[in-house]
Amino acid sequence: MSTTAPTSTDSFWHSEAAIARRKKRHGADRRLQIFGITAITIAIGLLGILIVSLVSTGYQAFVQTEIALPVNVSSEEVSRDDPSKGDYRDLIRQALHAEFPDVGDSEFRQLEQMLTRNAQFIVRDRVVSNPSLVGQTTTFHIPMADPIDQLNKGVISAETPEDRRRVSNVQVELFDQMEQRGLVSTPFNWGLFFNADSRFPELAGLAGAIVGSFYALLVCFLISFPVGIAAAVYLEEFAPKNRLTDIIEVNINNLAAVPSVVFGLLGLAVFLNFFGLPRSAPLVGGMVLSLMTLPTMIIVTRASLKAVPPSIREGALGMGASKHQVITQHVLPLALPGILTGTILGLAQALGETAPLLLIGMNAFITSPPGGIMEPATALPTQIFIWADSPERGFVARTSAAILVLLGFLITMNMIAIFLRSRLERRW
Amino acid sequence: MSAVAVAANDKAFETVRTPDPEPRPIKIKASDVSVFYGEKQALFDVSIDIPERAVTAFIGPSGCGKSTFLRCFNRMNDTIDICRVTGEMLVSDANIYDPRLDVVELRARVGMVFQKPNPFPKSIWDNIAYGPKIHGLAKTKAEFDVIVEESLQKAGLWNEVKDRLHEPGTGLSGGQQQRLCIARAVAVSPEVILMDEPCSALDPIATAKVEELIDELRENYTIVIVTHSMQQAARVSQRTAFFHLGILVEEGPTNVLFTSPKEKRTQDYITGRFG
Ligand SMILES: Nc1ncnc2c1ncn2[C@@H]1O[C@H](COP(=O)(O)OP(=O)(O)O)[C@@H](O)[C@H]1O
Ligand SMILES: [Mg+2]
Repeated sequence: MSTTAPTSTDSFWHSEAAIARRKKRHGADRRLQIFGITAITIAIGLLGILIVSLVSTGYQAFVQTEIALPVNVSSEEVSRDDPSKGDYRDLIRQALHAEFPDVGDSEFRQLEQMLTRNAQFIVRDRVVSNPSLVGQTTTFHIPMADPIDQLNKGVISAETPEDRRRVSNVQVELFDQMEQRGLVSTPFNWGLFFNADSRFPELAGLAGAIVGSFYALLVCFLISFPVGIAAAVYLEEFAPKNRLTDIIEVNINNLAAVPSVVFGLLGLAVFLNFFGLPRSAPLVGGMVLSLMTLPTMIIVTRASLKAVPPSIREGALGMGASKHQVITQHVLPLALPGILTGTILGLAQALGETAPLLLIGMNAFITSPPGGIMEPATALPTQIFIWADSPERGFVARTSAAILVLLGFLITMNMIAIFLRSRLERRW
Repeated sequence: MSAVAVAANDKAFETVRTPDPEPRPIKIKASDVSVFYGEKQALFDVSIDIPERAVTAFIGPSGCGKSTFLRCFNRMNDTIDICRVTGEMLVSDANIYDPRLDVVELRARVGMVFQKPNPFPKSIWDNIAYGPKIHGLAKTKAEFDVIVEESLQKAGLWNEVKDRLHEPGTGLSGGQQQRLCIARAVAVSPEVILMDEPCSALDPIATAKVEELIDELRENYTIVIVTHSMQQAARVSQRTAFFHLGILVEEGPTNVLFTSPKEKRTQDYITGRFG
């Protein structure tokens, strides 16, 4: 520039060449900005499409069609002392007969099928938990079978010819009748969160998967958090810098890049086949997931330890603090926000991980939430996998709903991580 | 660099020494101290006596090994893996490189203040109480309170911070932070305080305060200060040592060294011909 600059700088900056250069520079700035905005728009758009498509198929699973049915739990059928025994199926039949006296014998079966097949057990469980219901007539809210639920939600249309829908004309008529009499309601589907898996979509819920995921993450955290921190502290603060530690370092980074399905195979071979741990157990799931999060944990912790300014270490050492005091009293507390953020992100990653859990059998059909880490369970992502594979119409919406629940948990965890980071972050 | 190597081979670097007119008792005695960073030698056979209850200043161009030498006095060089120290270093006649010596104890007796103020990101009170706590110098809160107040008084900071002892030390101004670090060092009642360019990050007013403080502390402590400012060395120290390329070129009473240096290199440096 100095070679081309004429003697008068003023005329230099106002020359045509200078104006052209300035225009070009501004244009380049603007283009870069436009590229950036476009990229962000595309990213947000894709995310939007994902959420919209999930919500539009999944929202229906958040409500469930129910019928209010007065059932007379007669003391002849059910004994007050042992209410678990008794012909509840017959009680339901009697209740339906009483409510719909006009329905003839030939059509009664179709009426019965409009309720969930587990109606008798729902009534039984309520009576068992509250034996004073024996001898009384109580109105039970019973979920309706999946085809009727779909009819109510408009997925199955009454206009469709009878032979092409899973609801008979009789059932359509009966449903209209029920609606007119105000027996039908569509409340929020708490069962989605509090029921375990079921073959019947109207009863299937995520409780087993949520509890299973919770246990697996707990195990994963209990293993990877202390082990990860200890390993990182050793590598960062104690390990001599030699070939061996270089190899360890490289391999930890390699481990972080290993596809998770490989860890699943390892878990299958080592934990199940060699150590004989139970299949489908959250314990094994957590152990496999911890193999996956451990390298991430070590890397994040080391980065946080590195970020603690050396002047703090020097200050403490200069005061006569010994190595363990410097680490436990100064370095770790200062690194903790970073470590916690990394931990939450690592756990969030583990929560969404499917492949290793499939390999150790956490995709079994299990109808009750696990009572502990050794009991068979599913996890949220594997539950989605199972439901996505089920043919019933009701599972389509439930799959989307389950994905939304999973995303909800992930977003919550990420928000906590971001909150922690911005809240506890220290500037020196 | 090659000049240094030649000098090392020729053993042509005798230190020029001017004794004090009335000698003081000796606190630290270094004999033939050499320091190596890996293969590279940073200090060449430095021998010096540091007098008790006086300020000794190390001056010299940057990179000449002043900090390296200072960090030998409390074995802070131990924390650098590749650093190796040879020679003998006596503090109160005890060899501090004796393998049986506990560095924790040494660092309680030989405190250090660093170039950049580095208070812990804790409260002012916690900053001062930290040393006494890890060395078991106090037990009850009342005992700690006494130490905290005394140390802050000695560092001339008490009046400025007495109402906010429980606010973070990092919230103070730079000069206050550095005086907090001095108070923190004083809190464990050391015999020696090492200061590595303690004012280089401070403005002139804060610098003046710290210099004043150093002058007061001299009554009770042996102070060794590294400084790149010759005016500062002239203002605060009683003895000055001039280093050049890892060699202790000349040492003597400060007024003698600055008014009639005996070595050509010293003269060139203090007259600003290089540095
Ligand atoms: N941690 C270290 N590792 C390697 N070399 C170092 C280290 N610290 C200092 N040195 C080297 O030792 C020499 C003296 O450095 P230093 O004592 O910091 O000088 P000064 O404090 O006088 O400016 C320099 O050449 C410097 O590069
Ligand atoms: Mg230095």
